Amino acid sequence: MRKFLSGNDAFAEGTRLARPQVISAYPITPQTTVVERLSEFVEDGSLDAEFIHVESEHSALSCAMGASLAGVRTFTATSSQGLLYMAECLPYAAGGRFPIVMMNANRSIALPWNIYGDQSDSLSQISSGWIQAYAENAQEALDFALMSYYIAELPEISTPFMVNLDGFHLTHTYEVADVPTQSQADDFLPKYETANRVNFQTPQNFGFSAGPEWNARFKRNQHEAMLNVREAVAEAEIRFAGIFRRKYGGLVDAYRCDDAEYVLITLGSISGLCREVADSLRESGVKAGVLRLRYVRPFPDAEILGALRTAKAAAVLEKDISVGHTGVIAAHIPQAKLNVIGGLGGADISAEHIRSIFAALRDGEEGLKWL
Amino acid sequence: MAVADKLDAREFFFGHKACAGCGGSLAVRIALKVLGERAVATLPAGCMSAVGFNFPQLAFTNNAFISPFAATASVMTGLEAGLRRRGETDYHIVGFAGDGGTADIGLQALSGAIDRNDNIIYICYDNEAYMNTGIQKSGLTPLGARTTTTPGGSRSRKKDMSAIIDAHGIPYAATASVGYIDDYIRKVEKAASIKGTKYIHVLAPCPTGWGIATDETVEIAREAVDVGVWELKEYENGIWTTNIEPKNPDRVEEYYARQGRFRNTGRKTQNG
Repeated sequence: MRKFLSGNDAFAEGTRLARPQVISAYPITPQTTVVERLSEFVEDGSLDAEFIHVESEHSALSCAMGASLAGVRTFTATSSQGLLYMAECLPYAAGGRFPIVMMNANRSIALPWNIYGDQSDSLSQISSGWIQAYAENAQEALDFALMSYYIAELPEISTPFMVNLDGFHLTHTYEVADVPTQSQADDFLPKYETANRVNFQTPQNFGFSAGPEWNARFKRNQHEAMLNVREAVAEAEIRFAGIFRRKYGGLVDAYRCDDAEYVLITLGSISGLCREVADSLRESGVKAGVLRLRYVRPFPDAEILGALRTAKAAAVLEKDISVGHTGVIAAHIPQAKLNVIGGLGGADISAEHIRSIFAALRDGEEGLKWL
Repeated sequence: MAVADKLDAREFFFGHKACAGCGGSLAVRIALKVLGERAVATLPAGCMSAVGFNFPQLAFTNNAFISPFAATASVMTGLEAGLRRRGETDYHIVGFAGDGGTADIGLQALSGAIDRNDNIIYICYDNEAYMNTGIQKSGLTPLGARTTTTPGGSRSRKKDMSAIIDAHGIPYAATASVGYIDDYIRKVEKAASIKGTKYIHVLAPCPTGWGIATDETVEIAREAVDVGVWELKEYENGIWTTNIEPKNPDRVEEYYARQGRFRNTGRKTQNG
């Protein structure tokens, strides 16, 4: 059914369809409306789940770990300071191999205080062992809610999944999205089954210490599970397209990159405007392309190399700065010599800005540039 | 026959590397014997998790999990909700956190769990300092006690956890001592029979941190009660009841004098 939804509403609809059994959440702007919708679904009976009002984000994620350890599907959501407050629990959940799904409403981090959208929060946690994806619009947000559980819960992956929505730009803007039926969702997403849980027949000790002789083995297992995500995404998207008739392109979304000479690499909701600018540049004879990173963990190295095959120059446009270096994404892509930092604290990124980035690429500009 | 003699002969926590005379490991061992194989234990960072969960030497025969330090109660909340959702019945969600893990870093999560009245048994094993990291002062270190961060003796009084807990209106709370094992067992049994949040605060001396001999743990835990430094009581229906009256309140100075941690600190007593 087609509905007029905000990004948060859409994610809540997708989460409802995924039937999590335990939801634990603590409020923070601009995450709030996604958990408000879910609490309404629980209240009106359209979602049969425990909604636990925890006392902090640290507790939100640790409660989700407890529930996941019990063997049920769990959900939480946060943003910004909240993500940082639960930061200790991020690698904990990943190392414990709990396939929790969390929506993060991308927001600036203090100081200075700012409630608006940038990607400093999630990108600061890129090494925490979570799968990280970035939605561009409400439909993709809804679809990620379903696909994230499917991918996270595969036994060979069993890794938590953070889906990022740009604060306000995506979480609070409304657009039409198709909400699938419950039976379609159930066809797509099997019931969660795992051996990594409390079992009274075969009790186990979980979350243990592993000294120097064992530690790397566990970390390597985690890393290899994360690398399995690439194949799982491809498989999940084929399955998804078969049921929902919507196609996604894997870890990246490459737009007019096949013969592009100038490629702008970015992520999240700004991508649509970047494509519009690329289209207009194409009309004036500039071979522009846009590469949107849908996933940053695992990092799509091979996909990026493929998309830059014909590029003379590439830039990364991102809404974060790893203070003292470059943006976090640019640090991953040595082929992109220009790194543009924009949108910090919700600052507008205009079509003119994006045109200026392509112009800078054509002029051979390199290094760090602030919008 | 003493209550302790009726305990389950099976061990649920053994083969760990706790120090000789460890009061905390005794509190965990006994509680699990009372609660049985369908207890799911949550332990935060601290002595018991450090000695019990060293892969591949795992010391719990129950399902057991190390939680993040601040998250004992919130992990228990999730476990309880999750197991109930799976349709499990007849299980106990029990937590064992130290004094720092309870009264300091874990207090927020504990408060939230009691506020929600989650169906869990939270046991604080109180050895009166951060012993696992090398005897640093916690909020439950008594006045005058030397720790490695209060070399001249602690200058603050022991936080009143009983008052903090009862302010939440909890269904059941109790204090206990590993020096009065029968009383402790009875309280764990009682906690297991009550629905909602249960809190048991058990005094569990640490020979290393207290400066006592390894065979004095039980004796000194008993003496703490007998001289009136540690009151054995329980809270039900909004009322605290004292279980065992102090026998020798006039011998309180002897209690302090026999522990190395109170020697030469200039602040020898709680009233100091």
